[in-house]
Amino acid sequence: MAVDQATPDTHARQLAGLDALELGGGTRGGLAPRIWGRVWPMVLAVGMVVAIWQAVVWAGFWPDYVFAGPAEVVPVLGDRLTSGEYWEAIGVTMRRAVTGFAVSVLVGLVLGALVSRIRVLRAAFGSLITGLQTMPSIAWFPLAILLFGLTESAITFVVILGAAPSIANGLIGGVDYTPPILLRAGHVLGFRRLQLYRHVILPASLPSFLAGLKQGWAFAWRSLMAGELVVIIAHQSSLGERLYYDRELADSAGLLATMIVILIIGIGVDLLFETADNSLRRRWGLQQVRN
Amino acid sequence: MTAPLRERTDSRIQGGEPAVRLDGVSKIYGQGKNGLLALDNVSLSVGQGEFVCMLGASGCGKSTLLSLVAGLDSPTAGRIGTEGRRIAMMFQEPALFPWLTVSANVEMAMRVQGVAKRERQTRAAEFLEIVHLGGFGDKRPHELSGGMRQRVSLARALAQDADVLLMDEPFGALDAMTRDLLHDELERIWRERGLSVLFVTHNVREAVRLGDRVVLLSSRPGRVVEDFPVTLDRPRHTDSAEVAKIAGAITGRLREEVMRHGS
Repeated sequence: MAVDQATPDTHARQLAGLDALELGGGTRGGLAPRIWGRVWPMVLAVGMVVAIWQAVVWAGFWPDYVFAGPAEVVPVLGDRLTSGEYWEAIGVTMRRAVTGFAVSVLVGLVLGALVSRIRVLRAAFGSLITGLQTMPSIAWFPLAILLFGLTESAITFVVILGAAPSIANGLIGGVDYTPPILLRAGHVLGFRRLQLYRHVILPASLPSFLAGLKQGWAFAWRSLMAGELVVIIAHQSSLGERLYYDRELADSAGLLATMIVILIIGIGVDLLFETADNSLRRRWGLQQVRN
Repeated sequence: MTAPLRERTDSRIQGGEPAVRLDGVSKIYGQGKNGLLALDNVSLSVGQGEFVCMLGASGCGKSTLLSLVAGLDSPTAGRIGTEGRRIAMMFQEPALFPWLTVSANVEMAMRVQGVAKRERQTRAAEFLEIVHLGGFGDKRPHELSGGMRQRVSLARALAQDADVLLMDEPFGALDAMTRDLLHDELERIWRERGLSVLFVTHNVREAVRLGDRVVLLSSRPGRVVEDFPVTLDRPRHTDSAEVAKIAGAITGRLREEVMRHGS
């Protein structure tokens, strides 16, 4: 390699050449194949579940009116999804879920920020938050009903208790695992205390916070369903309430139809979180090599 | 706020004072009998506009010393004087923020100084131009190669408008060809900007290639063993015979130091 006479220009060109060589083009596939790649395994899985379900029905462990098969449930589901009343029930449940989750995010953020930042609070509440996370949310309902009566507040209260600790813990974990090298870099750049927290530590904890949000949602959704089964409010139909009455009326097909709706909503929201997580990973360069 | 920072820099610096001065600096990690003496009575100075390379085997406290100068840690004994100079530091890893674009990473250096957003962006583009990464401002760090990232890191350090640049084995993880090119780049930037550089490495030839002086540290504890002036004309080549000759002499001295620990 003869670089005896390295003028600034040849330098720039050599660097540009190396840069171009290093940047092998990693292109993402088109949208349609990507979606298809995600969809067909799901379709396959659903198909298998339906087949097993049908097989169990045919096996005749239970009479038809106790355990309905797909052939009965699908028409019922269709009927319900075309009735405005049912959509109102879904609307009520979703409103509760969204408000409950939103308040949980707020509470979790404030709690996580304080506990991760202030040492005394960490010592006092750190393990308590983790403890709360493991507490089954249904165990809160007797107290919630005593405090708030059979009202929506009782449900929201338990939803928040279910979701906020996970969200707070996600943030705390992210703050704890901020890579030390980034802290050092931030320090060298002149960031101190609150500024370091805002510009380095908080952004660095985003992936963990997102994981906390996802888990928080799962807890919120579960708590909400438990709450709607336990706290029946008159003249306010909700998914949990429908489930309750379907069982009372021994309407097996209707019960399974509502369960399917609950499952689909849960999966749908989870997909939203996954999409957010994937896009974050792609932007940060954290994605796994897939083969 | 919009005054060119270079001018401010010049008014900060008084006369022929060294840019960095360490007087009898010691650093002990831990306490009592279990304490580990990392640095023992190190005295060293980096003159204004001087390029000093610090060399030593593992465990000589090179990185500790840089951390102390950068203010990331404080010495157990002794004094470190930087006379209000602004200090930038580069690490072996690029240490870029993955949630920011390349340009925003460089801008971070100007945030603390309260430079307005628009000006930050313009200047970041200029600094990226200096390290030949003009067109890469909108990329994310992970989309660049290791050498490119390290250049972004250099641009970010330059954007701090520092007078003193501390470098902790910044090219250690790069391939030889990229490293050679970056040596030339660093030398050019150092000269153009009148920086004072304290450069830590374990690569003897790299030290001789770059340094006005090569300071050899002993290991456990770190002490200054010898201070080699390098008076070869610049630009130098890592593969040249003159560099090899001086590097040979320093390596011999380094070997003696290492062997002391074997017996």
